[in-house]
Amino acid sequence: MKLREIAHSRTGDKGNISNISLISYKAEDYKLIKDKVTADKVKEWFKDIVQGEVVRYEMPNIGALNFVMYEALGGGVTRSLSLDMHGKSLSSVLLDMEIEY
Amino acid sequence: MKKIRIGSGAGYAGDRIEPAIELMKKGNLDYIIFECLAERTIAIGQQQKLKDPNKGYNEFLEYRMKHVVPLCKEKNIKIITNMGSANPVSAAKVVKQIAENLGIKGLKIAAVLGDDIFSNIDKYMKYKILETGNNLESIKSQIISANAYIGTQGIIEALSNGADIIITGRVADPSLTLAPLMFEFGWDKENYELLGKGTLAGHLLECGGQVTGGYFADPGYKDVPELWNLGFPIAEISEDGEIVITKLEDAGGMVTEDTCKEQIIYEIHDPSSYLTPDVIADFSQVHIVEMEKNKVLLKGASGKEKTGLFKTSIGYKDCYIGEGEMSYGGSGAYERATLAGEIIKKRLEYVNAQIEELRIDFIGVNSLYKDYLSDTLSGENRNCTEVRLRVAARTLNKADATIIGNEVEALYTNGPAGGGGARKGVKEIVSVASIFVPSDDIKINVTYEEV
Repeated sequence: MKLREIAHSRTGDKGNISNISLISYKAEDYKLIKDKVTADKVKEWFKDIVQGEVVRYEMPNIGALNFVMYEALGGGVTRSLSLDMHGKSLSSVLLDMEIEY
Repeated sequence: MKKIRIGSGAGYAGDRIEPAIELMKKGNLDYIIFECLAERTIAIGQQQKLKDPNKGYNEFLEYRMKHVVPLCKEKNIKIITNMGSANPVSAAKVVKQIAENLGIKGLKIAAVLGDDIFSNIDKYMKYKILETGNNLESIKSQIISANAYIGTQGIIEALSNGADIIITGRVADPSLTLAPLMFEFGWDKENYELLGKGTLAGHLLECGGQVTGGYFADPGYKDVPELWNLGFPIAEISEDGEIVITKLEDAGGMVTEDTCKEQIIYEIHDPSSYLTPDVIADFSQVHIVEMEKNKVLLKGASGKEKTGLFKTSIGYKDCYIGEGEMSYGGSGAYERATLAGEIIKKRLEYVNAQIEELRIDFIGVNSLYKDYLSDTLSGENRNCTEVRLRVAARTLNKADATIIGNEVEALYTNGPAGGGGARKGVKEIVSVASIFVPSDDIKINVTYEEV
């Protein structure tokens, strides 16, 4: 199953750091995304794009995870050679990650 | 219990005006905020101010103010905006002129100053740049601006002195909302729990339509009604810091628990430590309840004592980026685009272009996610009906950057068959380096215009 079936996501940016949320639609699916979508797994998923570490923050209060990805935007929003210099489209591809349930 | 209604009139520099007009007409607002500054907007504003000392404010200031100044007067709604960018004083004079031209009297317009610390920049040369770890000295000759993210102080002072329209430069986005709450409710500047709550309200409003269903829709998964007519948010905040986010009934979009959740987490990094000049806000215990359709209650935000440091954005002339694009279609499109990319690489070596970094993308294939993810998603299928070659390079001077687009364009007569739609461009890149400056170094000052 793709994450898209149980969660939604939005990407933000600060300098060379990308910030991606992963929010379960239903409270009962929070445990599943928390168990399956580890910082390591996200780092591996974005291995072509994210050069630095990935830190995961848990927000059980709203059933969400927040991934802060360092060295993720090609040197920073202003000087990145990427067409999508803010990394806005990264949220959509995070939702394409397959998880077992 | 006393309640204040604050609307959001803009979530970025170039945002739409109609939602702001609708909110002011029908939203029963006390305040409206316009958040219009991205990280390097001020640096670009400073360059405009250097050329013309009367410029350097938001380019849509006149356009927006012509529409909203009459409503400010008629409906008695106070306006708070960072559209002053690099030149709040001139922006306030422009607004005064607009009011006079419209025959409006009895308005006080404030310009909040103090964020611009460029004249003291030498003092900070030994400070470490957050992004690189180098001393600021490493970019000394390239620096063109320095603006601290100041907090609520200047806006509160302006409100205390009866200002109707308050124009700032660099102010932390949530402070635009927090300031009127502190002023209206008499919240103490050291009551960090309340400041954390007010900061959440500001954070939810600062991106305009992003909390009312904008940047949210995903057909079949997250459907949003009437997105073409997206309404901007209203926050109704009570004296104890409870927040209700809503929108006009007849506007498009929607306010749900999910739209609010996406915006709470947006760009905050650690949810329990969101740093602003006024407070370290904590959103990790926030609870969200949909009270009725398009009315969402948020409570449980709090905060800790502020750091005493102001993040400061240093704008500097960084580099140039040259770009060129060309499309290929039909059978073999990807192969011809690939050949074109190989030709460009060899040409750039042959003409000895001085390049810091080169990137070759195939739009439609791998331009957003590079190869691993693109191939994972597509099953390594690169048989597209059309592919757009994109070449981008970072250079230290303009002449080298210009070569990129020229070489791509030359693929018309010299490259693979059927290339079409060449485009080229060169951008001078102003980047931003951040340092932390002691807040005691910053002296806030407010000036006024009256009609």
